[in-house]
Amino acid sequence: MKYLLLICHDGQGYDATPEQLDATPWAEEMDGRGIRLMGNRTRESSDATTVRVRDGALLLTDGPFAETKEQMAGFDVIECADLDEAVEVASKHPVAKYGMVEVRPFWTD
Amino acid sequence: MAAVIGQTGDWDLAEECAQDAFERALERWPRDGVPDRPGAWLTTTARHRALDVLRRRTNEARKLREAARLEPVADRVTEPAEAVLAGQEPDAVPDDRLRLIFTCCHPALPEAAQVALTLRSLTGLTTAEIARAFLVPESTMAQRLTRAKGKIRHAGIPFRVPPRAMLPERTRAVLAVLYLLFNAGYAVGADGLDQRRVTAEAIRLARLLAGLLPDDPEPAGLLALMLLHDARSAARTDARGDLVPLEEQDRARWDRQRIEEGLAVLDAALAAHRPGPYQVQAAIAACHASAPGPEATDWRQIALLYAELARFTAGPVVELNRAVAVAMAEGPAVGLPLVEALSGAPALRGYHLLPATRADLLRRLGRHEEAAAAYGEALRLAPTAAERRFLERRREEAERAADRAP
Repeated sequence: MKYLLLICHDGQGYDATPEQLDATPWAEEMDGRGIRLMGNRTRESSDATTVRVRDGALLLTDGPFAETKEQMAGFDVIECADLDEAVEVASKHPVAKYGMVEVRPFWTD
Repeated sequence: MAAVIGQTGDWDLAEECAQDAFERALERWPRDGVPDRPGAWLTTTARHRALDVLRRRTNEARKLREAARLEPVADRVTEPAEAVLAGQEPDAVPDDRLRLIFTCCHPALPEAAQVALTLRSLTGLTTAEIARAFLVPESTMAQRLTRAKGKIRHAGIPFRVPPRAMLPERTRAVLAVLYLLFNAGYAVGADGLDQRRVTAEAIRLARLLAGLLPDDPEPAGLLALMLLHDARSAARTDARGDLVPLEEQDRARWDRQRIEEGLAVLDAALAAHRPGPYQVQAAIAACHASAPGPEATDWRQIALLYAELARFTAGPVVELNRAVAVAMAEGPAVGLPLVEALSGAPALRGYHLLPATRADLLRRLGRHEEAAAAYGEALRLAPTAAERRFLERRREEAERAADRAP
């Protein structure tokens, strides 16, 4: 099954060094296990643009679609046997210790 | 039901086929006689029905792919079932039921759904009966079940016994659900027929789990705890349905056979020398159950056991219970400061048993006026009518005693 991992932080500063938050070793491990299909960090929400089309008109807003404290900091697409494996993979992501990781199953494989 | 889920991975189909098998039994058994192994007959009938349905769903290609993908599982599951048919095994396929319990109690499901799904999948209770037991509308309960089954399918919650590394933690989750089930029917005031059935099913499932996981003494600990509590159920409410505290219960009304069984199960569990929170709680219940009267209770031992319990599940509620035991062992004057030290604990804010315990100790110390005030505080927080009636009675007694005092 394919899952989207949303790597999120809660908007607060963390008591962690950049090394502790570095997901490179995790990504290498999961690539090696054939689990991680793709993924990347995303720029801050202040760099986001939200797109809507209403009555044929293009509406752009600056910032993310949801005004929440929690923000996406990156994402990964993984392929796992089941949710237990996906949870194990998510729990090993360094950001899980400080922020949170949402595990979303794909609609279709 | 467990067998069909193991075979097809389809919960709705399993429910439908299990229902269908029972209907066929009602139709055939009176005519042809009850088969030698009724459980196996039902399982086989449900499986065959499931295969028929799946075959007929040729237009739904996805389902067939699912069935094909699950084939290896189906093979493994069929083995014991065939042994059943050959007359070598008891009626059940325990492996499937164990998988079902672990799937229903998966921590990715909300707790209320775990409880509901466990009852719906592993007992004979209908959705309507479960809804009544938990005092929610049937439509709410049906929706909760549908959503949970949807998540199992869509999120890929595995239908299996967790691997060894996960097993202890996931077993705790299952035990917590079974204990919730037991308490749903055991709470004072929750003594309707539906709740009684939920409690009986909780005991049945704990017995099943203890039998299926013999290497872990905690399921047996939970079973012993349930049996020892359940043994007192007839004596813990009076004719009006009001709470009778342990020290005032008529111990002749305790179910001796249940107690003996609980003690035997606990002894066997403790022999593994791997204590856990349920074994310790059962040991506390055993102290009460074996005492001929409240004065003859080994309160010192109970206080020690609560200190032991705090090692597994530290928290102010455990500490409150330890304070009660200390008060019984060494007198209310020793226990009261321990109780009062807990008054600031955030976890106990709004918990009626804190002021109720304080009131009880003050009453024993003859400080009736303060006791009446504390009973009043507990009264405002008590969740059930039966508990409020009990506290009201105690408050009136304390007020009368305060008036009599010089």
